[in-house]
Parts: sequence; C-alpha cells; structure tokens
Amino acid sequence: MTGGVRMPGGWQRLGLAVVVPGAVALALTGQGGQPSGIVMAALVAAVVLAFGYGPGRARWQRALLLLALWNVLLIAAAGLALRQTGAEGAGFWAAMVAVWLGGWMLVAFVAELRGRGGLWGRVQPLVAPLVFGVTVLWAWEAVVKALDVPRVILPAPTEIGLRLSQSTDILWTDLVQTFVRGTLSGFAIGCGAAILFALVVDRYGFLRRGLLPVGNFLAALPIIGTAPIFVMWFGFDWPSKAAVVVAMVFFPMLVNTVQGLAATDAMQRDLMRTYSAGWWQTLMTLRLPAAMPFVFNGLKICATLALIGAIVAEFFGSPTRGMGFRISTEVGRLQLDMVWSEIAVAALLGSAFYGFWALLERRVTFWHPSQRSR
Amino acid sequence: MSRTLPVLTVVAALLALWYLAVIPMNAQWERDQAARAGADLPFGQLVARTMNQDRPVLPAPHQVVAELWNSTVIEELTGRRGWWNSGSLSNRSLIYHGWVTLTATMLGFAIGTGAGILLAVGIVYNRAMDASVMPWAIASQTIPIIALAPMIIVVLNSIGISGVIPKAIIAAYLSFFPVVVGMVKGLRAPDAMQLDLMKTYSASGGAVFFKLRLPTSMPYLFASLKVGIAAALVGTIVGELPVQQGGLGVRLLSGSYYGQTVQIWAALFAAAILAAGLVGIVGTIERRTLKRMGMAT
Repeated sequence: MTGGVRMPGGWQRLGLAVVVPGAVALALTGQGGQPSGIVMAALVAAVVLAFGYGPGRARWQRALLLLALWNVLLIAAAGLALRQTGAEGAGFWAAMVAVWLGGWMLVAFVAELRGRGGLWGRVQPLVAPLVFGVTVLWAWEAVVKALDVPRVILPAPTEIGLRLSQSTDILWTDLVQTFVRGTLSGFAIGCGAAILFALVVDRYGFLRRGLLPVGNFLAALPIIGTAPIFVMWFGFDWPSKAAVVVAMVFFPMLVNTVQGLAATDAMQRDLMRTYSAGWWQTLMTLRLPAAMPFVFNGLKICATLALIGAIVAEFFGSPTRGMGFRISTEVGRLQLDMVWSEIAVAALLGSAFYGFWALLERRVTFWHPSQRSR
Repeated sequence: MSRTLPVLTVVAALLALWYLAVIPMNAQWERDQAARAGADLPFGQLVARTMNQDRPVLPAPHQVVAELWNSTVIEELTGRRGWWNSGSLSNRSLIYHGWVTLTATMLGFAIGTGAGILLAVGIVYNRAMDASVMPWAIASQTIPIIALAPMIIVVLNSIGISGVIPKAIIAAYLSFFPVVVGMVKGLRAPDAMQLDLMKTYSASGGAVFFKLRLPTSMPYLFASLKVGIAAALVGTIVGELPVQQGGLGVRLLSGSYYGQTVQIWAALFAAAILAAGLVGIVGTIERRTLKRMGMAT
C-alpha cells in the first residue's frame, strides 16, 4: 500500500475499500435483482488497482494503473446500467455508490498529475470534466432504470438520445426558425445598432454621462417581459423574436462599447493628435482596436442573452415550429424525451455560439493581457 | 452630482420619444374610426385621441402610470375584493401578483445563493471537484437553462408539488451558477503573500477561511448576487407562464391573450420596479458591508 488517506483521492479510496466488500456480501445474501459476477469482479479489481496506485510509483506505472482503473470502472458501470430488472436489491445500490466513489477517486488522481506539456498537457484538463459528465449521465440512466421512473417524469439519457437521432428533421426546422431567423438576425441588428449608437454617444460627453447609468439600469431589468408586446406588434413569426432579441442585447452591448471607446488614455490620444490624425483615423487605428476587449465581452454576454430571448419569446406565441414552441407544446403532451432533446440542442447551440465569439476574441485581441500565458 | 443633469436629460428624451412614437403607432385605428363615422379628424384631435385609447398599440406613459396606480392603490383601497374591504389582497391588483412573484424569487434566491456558496467552498478546497465540476459550472453560463423552466413546472406539478416551490427551484438554479463562479473567483482572490502571512501565523484552515478568504471574497460575492437576483426574478416570471396561479408572469400572459396592452405594460413596469428595488437593496447592503469592512472603493 502506497500513500495514506491524506493523499488526494485517499478517502475516496478508503470508502471504496469499505463499500465494495459490503456490496459483494449484500449481493451474495440479498434478494431481488443483483449485480452480475462480472460487475463484482471488476469492482474488486478496482480496489486492488487503487491500492497499488500511489505517488511512489514510476510515471509509466501510474499511467498504466490509471488506464486499468478507468477500464474496470467502465465495465462495472456498464454492467450496472445495462442489465436491469426494475427490482434491484441493496447490493445494486452499494455497487452504485462504489462506482461513484471510484470515479471521484480517478478524477482526484488525474487532477494531481502534473502536466508536462505536449499532448497529455492538453488532454489532462479535459479528463476530469469528461469523467464527471459521463458519471452523471450514467447515474441518471442507472437510477431511472432501476427505480422504474415513469417516462413522463424523467426519461433516461438513452431514450433521449434515441429520440434525438430519430427526429433530426424536426429539430433542424426548429433550429433554423429559432436560431438562424430569430436569434441571429436580432443579434446582428441589436449589436450593430448598439455599436453605431455608441460611436454617436462617444462624441458627446454629456450624452455618455447620461446614458451609461440609464443603460446599466435598463440592462438589469427583466427585458424579457417585453416579449408579449413584441408578439402583438410583429406577429407570431420570427420578426417578433428578433425584436425581443434586439431589445435584450442593445443595452448591454451599448454600455460595453461606450466603455471600450473610453479605454484609451490621454497620452495615446495626444499622440494621434500630434500626427494630426482626424476623428476617423483615430477611431480606426487607435480607439476601435483598444475597445475590442470590451466589445467582445459585450458580444459574449449578448450571445447568451440572445438565445434565451428568442426561446422565451416563443412561449408567448409562435408559428408551429421553433425551439420554444416545441418545448412548451411537448411539455403539454408529456413527451419529455423530445423536450430533453430540444434542450440538449439548445445547450450545444448556446455553447457553440458563445465559443465562436470567444475564439474570435482570441484571434482579434491576442495582444490583451487576459489572452496571454495560455 | 455631475451626473444628475445628464441622466435626467436622457430620461426626459426617452419619455419624449415614447410620446412621439405613440402618435403614429395608434393613429391608424383613429383614422379608421373617423373614416367609418364619416367624420373629419383634425390633427390636434387625432393626437389627443391616440393618447387615451382603451386598447392602444402603444399606450402612452401616463396611461401606464394611471394603470399602475389603479391596479395597486385604488384597487386595494376601493375594490370589492381589495385589502380595505375584504382584509386580503385583491387578486386583481399588482400588489398581490408582485407579492407572489417576490416570495418565489426570494425563496429561490436564498436556496440558489446558499447552495452556490457551499459548492464554491467545495471547489476551492477540493482539487477533484475543481477539475471536474468547475468547467461545467462555467459552461452552464453559456446555455439557455431557462428552457428547462416549463418542464420543471409541469413535471413537479404532475407529481403533486405546486405553488411556490417549483418557481423557487427555477429561480434557484438561475441564480446558482453566477454565484458559484463569482464566489470561486472571490475565495481565490487572496494573493500568495497574504496566504503566506497566514501560514507564518500558523493559522488553522478555519482561520484562513474565516479571516482571509471569506472577507476577501465579499466584493465578488455582492457582484454576483446582483446578477443572481435579477436572474432569479426572470426565472420566476418565466416559471409562472405554464401554470396560471398568479404572479407578474401570469399578468403578462393574460394581458397578451386578451389584448390588454395597458395591463401588459403595467405588469412590465411592476416587474422592472421590483427588479430595480431588489438590485438596489443588494447594492445598499453591499455599500454598507464593504464600508464597515473598510473595503469601500
């Protein structure tokens, strides 16, 4: 045995060592559906491997042990999630706890490994969130199946995945309606108008002093409540969604851009004056580049707000397509697997839209301190 | 204050723009009415009428203010079901609906903030949690989690949980993630020098937490509390849409069903006043606290 309880993942390992024999004992004596022998063997192997692991080992030994741990835990988890009778005994639940502890221990071990750069240095930060995500999905699947939770309350991830793959055409029409038509057009109009207006505001100090507090105040209000008004004005189709998005993104974007345009200091502006640069030249070569970190901050905030605005606006009325429409009607029909697939698409879309601006920010504002040392 | 005059000017300009917009937005209906009656409609009369329609496309500001006054003070004092005559708040008044929304918001905000702070402490003190949970907490900020709201309401309703709890859950998870991210940043704010100083005092873990990390995190905590309480209010309003049991969200939705534009605007302004009040209260607590801690900037 190498390393004690005080090493990272130590007490999870101790817990594992306590739970696994308990699970084996319960499985041998208990009633009802019990985990199979393979699951039990894998769990026992996990305990043995875990106690073989420690800071004293060579690097390659540790890597091999981690890989082996990952595999036996995967076998145990798959065995628990896939073969179910709906009447699971205590041994099953003990095995569930054991796999959860094992996953946690694995994450603790991996988090402790010092990155060395290269491929492993890039992959390592992804391992822990990945293991956590997979564990949550697996626990969801196993618990739903073991407890026989009705599909109208919580469908299992596999059912959601099945529905997702079967109804790609519906999901695609919804995505086009909500994202391409509603969100993107509203986002472009709102952010574009805000940036142009910020240029005007910036020329007049009086306007700037007055608009910044008002804009900050308006940005904190529940603008989403304007959705029913815009639906009455612009009809059920996408223009009303785009209008809600415009209303939601305008003030955050305006405030950020105005702050960004004020980010240059007097020395830099004086230098431009000594070059006898005009307003336009100063804007293009000095002030707009200096404003970019603020502009991108605004764009990232607005990217999230825009999708929320478009989806919620559809709750107030929409044609018979769109993500918000689908969510609210399928909830009414208790088709929760469809609702979850729609939510999964919305989540991926939201992260992708945000990620697009974050990547662009890295390319454009590579000179900014917050982008260095990555 | 040098900001008062510019701010007042901007607000006055916005109001003037609103009044100007009222005329063309509502003019069509008045012209149709006049044409049907065969009457002549001079411009002055047209403007006067657009300001006082029953169901305007865009109500004038004074109509919204009047509706706000009527559906709060007047309704409660003189209405048959008002507070003065029946002893309980009238379900036609914005005070009642605002109160329904406020209770759910506050309950959810308390749950979300408490859980968020606990998770942040866990993340700061546990490497495994930091490595596995933190990326998801950050990623969850970029996804429209509010899309879960109708499902949570309906599912909880179907298993017999209704009333304030489902709305509070939505408010809680909307305010949860900003608090986690802000609080993690705050608890990590002490620099190496300060942590080393604590070590030279041979301070215990608890002392480092309560005397260094927690006080340093306060500005970050309050910044995310302001974001969180606004998000909690939005969550509650959206959570009120699927199940019609009172609240400002219900007023918005029923107003849009029956074309009562003035009612929608009044509910919208009530929600805005509520949001401004809540953020203002958090801001006041922030100023007082930071001042007493000697951290005011």
